Amino acid sequence: MTTEAPPKGELRPIVPYLALGNTRDEDYLFGSRCTNCGTLYVGPRLFCGKCSGEGPFETVRFSKEGEVYVWSIIHQSVPWVKVPYIAAVIDLPEGVSVNANIEGIEPKPENLKFGMKVKMFTEVVSQDADGNQYVGYKFRPA
Amino acid sequence: MREVAIIGVSMIKFGRYPDRKVEELAARAALDALKDAGVEMKQVQALYSGNLYQTSGSGQRILQQMGQTGIPVVNVANACATGSTAFREAYFAVASGAYDIVLAVGSEQMGKQGLLGAPRDPATSIEGRIGSYLMPAVFGMAGMEHMRKYGTTQEQFALASVKNHWHSTMNPLAQYQKETPLDEVMNSRVVAYPNTLLMCCPTGDGAAAAVLCSMEKARQFTTQPIKIAASVLTSDPYTDRDLTLPDINTLTRNAAKQAYEMAGIGPEDLDQVELHDCFATAELLHYENLGLCGEGEAAKHIASGAPWLGNKVPTKYEEDVAPFVDKTYQPKTKAVVNVSGGLLSKGHPLGATGVANIAEIVWHLRGQAGARQVEGAKVGLAHVIGLCSACTIHILQR
Ligand SMILES: [Zn+2]
Repeated sequence: MTTEAPPKGELRPIVPYLALGNTRDEDYLFGSRCTNCGTLYVGPRLFCGKCSGEGPFETVRFSKEGEVYVWSIIHQSVPWVKVPYIAAVIDLPEGVSVNANIEGIEPKPENLKFGMKVKMFTEVVSQDADGNQYVGYKFRPA
Repeated sequence: MREVAIIGVSMIKFGRYPDRKVEELAARAALDALKDAGVEMKQVQALYSGNLYQTSGSGQRILQQMGQTGIPVVNVANACATGSTAFREAYFAVASGAYDIVLAVGSEQMGKQGLLGAPRDPATSIEGRIGSYLMPAVFGMAGMEHMRKYGTTQEQFALASVKNHWHSTMNPLAQYQKETPLDEVMNSRVVAYPNTLLMCCPTGDGAAAAVLCSMEKARQFTTQPIKIAASVLTSDPYTDRDLTLPDINTLTRNAAKQAYEMAGIGPEDLDQVELHDCFATAELLHYENLGLCGEGEAAKHIASGAPWLGNKVPTKYEEDVAPFVDKTYQPKTKAVVNVSGGLLSKGHPLGATGVANIAEIVWHLRGQAGARQVEGAKVGLAHVIGLCSACTIHILQR
């Protein structure tokens, strides 16, 4: 008879460009800058799609503040997603854009403005059959 | 490179064929195109088959249905531009002098599949958790970008649905032939703002085919060879947000520029355009991308009546369109847009779409388009775009 507890699931980022800290407050998004041409990408890169260079790439930590570039309100989705919700493209001050959900406001067109200031937060968004939990990032009005 | 003509085309009525195999649909279209061309299967030297779901073997399966002559088969998958890319490969095969007569077939069987490209694994999927990557969201946000730049409204986008659904009532091969006035489009449920259900193309099954021949030999088969004046394929160049929000504009603009140069014409010379209106938002964006109007003028352009059959908004829709009319706006082209009903109403069985667009233009250039005939059509342009990202433009002339 074993006294060992069953292996506990890990906490994992749901995208490769989200770095997890010890608490959710310490999580951050990051990217890679091509040192050849200066292009900044979201997430890790091996090669540069703009200059065809092989780097090296320097890691850039993104700030949590952003601005809504464009948005849509999604009313039809995959079974595990509650609709309606707000999907958006968020411009970050470092000069890149990310896709994200916006929470904290009713998903209605009149509540959204191009260029509105938003702030990133993270939380567990799903769990797999092995007990691993996945952390996602979202934005809410700043 | 030598001149290439289209000497035969066909498409089956788009819709749902749950009791048919996709290669049966494609074989029907292929045989009809050969009949239209007066060409026998044994004269065909190569087959270019576009099918997105059956990435391998789609063409061989068609030949197993209708003509196992042992010719080379090339199977093409290139997102929504699959059929038009197969057609372009067929064009190059003849233009290069390698073959005199080839067949291009596009086919797809989508069944009742709902959201295109929906992922399977709920736990690790980012869909709906990190924004949305499905087509309705992508084209919704592409429309929102236009709204942000120019103040375009949901109603103005919706006019594309009113127009194309009206056009489709004159096309017996369209999947839907039902008019949708503006209030009906606006009151249908939202799929991804600003696109409502009637502003999204349906899924479906379909097939279309074209017989291509060197211009020098074309007159042996037809008195009306249709010249392929331009054939262009582009992919998305690096632009700032492309990897986050697919940029459907830049590669279309690049393709249009190359196509007009190759054909030696401009948008003002076009009588007809079949463009990729997978969503109503896309239609307005592509007016500007294809140079049918100036920057930010898309909403004025559709309200002017220019892209409607007869270059005029039909009387029954004048009231719907009136609030958006700018009397000072002068359209620079009389090109009628999506007179087939477009993807919005003719349907969009992925691999079939690009070849069906070609067939539509050929029918107009030959004067065989029936009730929806664009009077005196001499030059037409067919545009297709698929995400991640491929854009084709073909310019056809009689
Ligand atoms: Zn670079």
